[in-house]
Amino acid sequence: MALPTSVRLGGEPGLQYVLRLADTCLILSHRLSQWCGHAPVLEEDIAMTNIALDLVGQARALLSHAGQMGDPKYDEDQLAFLREERDYRNITLVELPRGDFGFTMLRTTMVATFLKLLWQRLAPSCDPELAAIAGKAFKEARYHQQHAADWVIRLGDGTPESQRRMAAALVQLWPYTHELFDSDAIDEQAAQTGLGPRWCDLQPAWLAEMGLILRPAGLTAPAETGFRSAGKQGVHSEHMGFILSELQYLQRAYPGGAW
Amino acid sequence: MTTQHEWPLWEVFVRTKAGLDHKHCGSLHATDAKMALHMARDVYTRRQEGCSLWVVRSDQIVASDPGDKAMLFDPMEDKVYRHPTFYRLPGAVDHM
Repeated sequence: MALPTSVRLGGEPGLQYVLRLADTCLILSHRLSQWCGHAPVLEEDIAMTNIALDLVGQARALLSHAGQMGDPKYDEDQLAFLREERDYRNITLVELPRGDFGFTMLRTTMVATFLKLLWQRLAPSCDPELAAIAGKAFKEARYHQQHAADWVIRLGDGTPESQRRMAAALVQLWPYTHELFDSDAIDEQAAQTGLGPRWCDLQPAWLAEMGLILRPAGLTAPAETGFRSAGKQGVHSEHMGFILSELQYLQRAYPGGAW
Repeated sequence: MTTQHEWPLWEVFVRTKAGLDHKHCGSLHATDAKMALHMARDVYTRRQEGCSLWVVRSDQIVASDPGDKAMLFDPMEDKVYRHPTFYRLPGAVDHM
């Protein structure tokens, strides 16, 4: 039996812009799904998997769209499961290991806050399909942000143990948030064509909203270190390969498998 | 599961659509009202069951004593005249 060969997409800026968003949703969804059956309480287990399912829904819509933008055309499964590591364009932040519950909630807050702002700015996109996806996803991201931020405040302003863990999570995660706002030629092109905003344009609003969450949580963002991750460019952390081997196993072992 | 014992219980009421009553659909554990609303949304409305939610602390509900059931409710058994079916309605009043 012939194993499916990997698929590669072109480097067109519009396509890359959509892929960054699609893969960020896909990989964060995977990390959240690792909590299924392991959350501290049943109610939260359902809440977290709901968020993971929203994100995988967004990733599916975006990947289906991305697959039609280039030539040859691919479907969502081919793009989700048959690309090589370097061809995934998610931010590094979302591929970091699951961590404890506080770490997960802080990361979800950071990403949901960013995605909410991005979806909002994508609603008037010149790409009608992307605009339609954004209209639906904005509402989902708004809830993700509220739910996760609520936990960040509870835990940051909670017991000495929860406070210590939240502070540690913030130190670990914060340096990876800079990547969100490192804009390049792909962002520039998107802004020029009306596809979507430069991601760096969202930074002031993101910092303001994060401040409104971190302050009541008693948390302070660490000082700038100069560290820059580059998942958006396809240069991932050492964790990405492990994610993909888990994510891609079924499609690689049973090509075209569906249920 | 010690947390389950520490977190208070809440009763959840869902309104399925505008104009209908909120109906009791279950309960959950949460530390406060805000969390209870979030959890209720995630646990009880994930299949489009509702458009509005109420949550009430279970210990705030005052319930009748099951032991008093016979005293409280059996006497109504033979009082059919309390149903409004004995009134003759004017023909103009349709669909009552």
